[in-house]
Amino acid sequence: MASGWETVIGLETHVQLRTKSKMFCGCSTAFGAPPNTQVCPVCLGLPGALPVPNGEAIRLAVRAALALGCTVHPKSVLARKNYFYPDLPKGYQISQHDQPLATSGTLSFISPERGGVSAGIIRLHVEEDAGKSIHDRFPKATAVDLNRSGVPLIEIVSAPDLRSPAEARAYLLTLKQQLEYLGISDCDMEKGSLRVDANVSVRRAGATELNTRTEVKNINSFAFVEKALTVERDRQIAVVESGGAVMQQTMLYDSKENAVRPQRTKEESHDYRYFPEPDLPPLVLTPEFVAEQQSDLPELPSAKRDRFAAQYALSREHAAVLTASRAVAEYYESVVHAGAEAQAAANWVMTEALADAGDHQEQLRVPPAALAQIVALVKGGTLSHQAAKRVFAEVAAKGGDPRTVAEALGLVQVADTNVLAGWVSDVLGAHATEVARYRSGETKLMGFLLGQVMRASRGKADPKLAQRVLEEKLASAP
Amino acid sequence: MSDAKAIADRLTKVRRLNALLTPSKDLRKSLTAQAAAARPTGVLYGMPVAVKDNICTLEFTTSCGSRILEGYRSPYEATAVAKLKAAGALIAGKTNCDEFAMGSSTEHSAYGRVIHPLDKARVPGGSSGGSAALVGSGAIPAALGSETGGSVRQPASFCGVVGIKPTYGRVSRYGLVAFGSSLDQIGVFGRSVHDAARVLSVISGRDPRDSTCEDRDPLRLPTVPESLQGFVIGLPREYFPPELDPGVRRACERAVRFLKEQGAAIREVSLPHTAYAVPTYYVLAPAEASSNLARYDGVRYGPRFNGAADLRSLYRSTRGQGFGPEVRRRILVGTYVLSAGYYDAYYRRAQQMRALIAQDFRNVFDRGVDLLFTPTTPTPAFKAGEKLGDPIAMYLSDIFTVTANLAGLPAMTLPIGRVKGLPIGGQLIGQAFLEDEMIEAAYALERVVPATDEA
Repeated sequence: MASGWETVIGLETHVQLRTKSKMFCGCSTAFGAPPNTQVCPVCLGLPGALPVPNGEAIRLAVRAALALGCTVHPKSVLARKNYFYPDLPKGYQISQHDQPLATSGTLSFISPERGGVSAGIIRLHVEEDAGKSIHDRFPKATAVDLNRSGVPLIEIVSAPDLRSPAEARAYLLTLKQQLEYLGISDCDMEKGSLRVDANVSVRRAGATELNTRTEVKNINSFAFVEKALTVERDRQIAVVESGGAVMQQTMLYDSKENAVRPQRTKEESHDYRYFPEPDLPPLVLTPEFVAEQQSDLPELPSAKRDRFAAQYALSREHAAVLTASRAVAEYYESVVHAGAEAQAAANWVMTEALADAGDHQEQLRVPPAALAQIVALVKGGTLSHQAAKRVFAEVAAKGGDPRTVAEALGLVQVADTNVLAGWVSDVLGAHATEVARYRSGETKLMGFLLGQVMRASRGKADPKLAQRVLEEKLASAP
Repeated sequence: MSDAKAIADRLTKVRRLNALLTPSKDLRKSLTAQAAAARPTGVLYGMPVAVKDNICTLEFTTSCGSRILEGYRSPYEATAVAKLKAAGALIAGKTNCDEFAMGSSTEHSAYGRVIHPLDKARVPGGSSGGSAALVGSGAIPAALGSETGGSVRQPASFCGVVGIKPTYGRVSRYGLVAFGSSLDQIGVFGRSVHDAARVLSVISGRDPRDSTCEDRDPLRLPTVPESLQGFVIGLPREYFPPELDPGVRRACERAVRFLKEQGAAIREVSLPHTAYAVPTYYVLAPAEASSNLARYDGVRYGPRFNGAADLRSLYRSTRGQGFGPEVRRRILVGTYVLSAGYYDAYYRRAQQMRALIAQDFRNVFDRGVDLLFTPTTPTPAFKAGEKLGDPIAMYLSDIFTVTANLAGLPAMTLPIGRVKGLPIGGQLIGQAFLEDEMIEAAYALERVVPATDEA
């Protein structure tokens, strides 16, 4: 469908900041409370109430801006965006307009088509959320829940640098990963803590001009990002190919029908009459504060991935798996710091630890020091790999020291040559025929004989040592 | 201190002024309960203070003189009110005012006009006309009002009482129903400079609920000075135009002589951008008002005027019927000046002019002038109905007061004489957060000026 065409996409992403309280009052931001229970005079917009900015929200917004390489402005201005809607209790939203918190950043990500690319970030600003209108709860009436009213948000506006619906999705997933890494947001689209609107236009491949764009709204989950944008792109291409022109309008995505429909124009012809919010002084950030936030920014996912690959001599794929979430990355490093060999630790974290976490609400249940010890026990020959997995499972479920657990389970390999010699003697005595054949040159019977030793030891014999004892016995006079 | 019953009786006796919106029965009941609960150690113990109807109280409804908030009871109280109560004061009912504090005569109230305490044909000024009239009638020693462009000083001047508008940020606005947020301040009325100043002292000071309230200790009450030796008082020539009412001019000239006799050095000064103050004000205040009043939509509180088939008609009928004509006029003006395409021509230019007006004052104060003295209003109280048909004439009655709001400076009025029986006010404008100097000068002038004599 899209051959010969290029898609141009810019995303406006609204992200809920992970704060305990709202942007301008002390009400809780917890999700799922009964309607209108997390409200006060300020977020209800009662007469005479005034906003007081949430310092933690500002701090998180600054960190998001710094992580995106934005210029954070020492002075920015909160502004009122005026419009009437029942879920907007003051009749205006406190946002930012011509003097936003931060401008001109970038987000680097892996495009499925183009490989490593970076998209420009035009601006990042802070604002408060509106409440929620509920149209389907009461017949012929709309209900309003103001629990969300005043929840802190940042809006991140990308440049029109994305070239396909799949690329838009990759951008969004990278942004989400980055914000989660920084502890800035839960980025949960289903709970509304991340919302995205897209500006979409198409042009002939190779063209450089920007054509009339539409805004696609109502994209409610990550799964729909690519679908919605594909539908809109295809619609625009069909319009142009049939000799028509794309109109500038807002399109609403309907995920049930996988279709887009124009929003009624009446609702979008807003003049928001922005002006500086007189209830709040300009937001002034000292250079010291910004520098402090910059210096204690955690390492971002892409940098961490590169460092893991280099520092721990891991493949890029393994490094990517281990850095996909901050918790796993930190866990891996703790295991290594506790003494585990890097590649072995990587194997254990990527297989056993992640599998266990997957079954247990993403909890990494085996402490890093314990996993390091398990890795060391395998390396030192105390545990076979199979035995070590059983120890891992046991420690995950019940805790405890791995060596003690291994001993209690009777999984410790026997490396005492006297004990091994006893099992070897028993096996040689019981298999005289095979011994004779071995000695006459059928050395491949070593495998069989070693197997018998392992069996006699009920799996506890250290296989390498057992083989050595076996070889010695077979080499000595019959 | 007076007991609850006596206070209620005195207020009931002046019912004819229509200054108090609280029904006598409710007032009596509440005063009795408040008196029983008041802290005897408070500095205002037992002092009745009436409160303008645009300041939130738990005891009484807060309607802002508007139909759109008829019967509205706030679930919280203004910081200033809480501070008054903590100091032992009794909240002596809610006073009538121009709707949402928009007006200069208290004729724009949905609950009827307020009568001037000395002349029933005249207006008490506005918008805090109810508070001014009650204090002027002698029923009560002090009251709270609010100012956006002179709404305390102008009615105080008309009613022959003291009115103080503090520096912007001196008193918390939390619980003051917003009109023009960057201009609004709660102010006080008092029978005397001392009554007004001590109420101001109690309500002033930091409030974590108001980001525009300065992080400062409450105002410390100055003592009455022995003289004004060392004070330099400026007379801005733009405030004494040729067309100034001759009676007002006479009263001011006499007051200046008294200031001089008290030892103050008098100096003529100039505030060259004064002429632009009223137009600047009537762009900025309506702009902010158009946004501040957007919340009154009938959705969450207040009466809902019905017949609404859909959301738009709900808004139209509620706001069309709930707001009076002056409020509607200002919402229209404010919406216009903020609209795309007009913002730069009106709102932005008005902001620039506001900065120049503030700079005028700084220039004068930087040259060694401590305070300014001016008439508070161009005329004494005018007659009811006189300016209702001419909004511009009404707006010009704030010509000497709006500048202090635009510049955020403290200013006050005190009675300096009468003309044909009507009170004349003299205005002192001080430097930011130096209310104490302004109040000292007011004490000195009050001590010697024959405030109730013909000038």
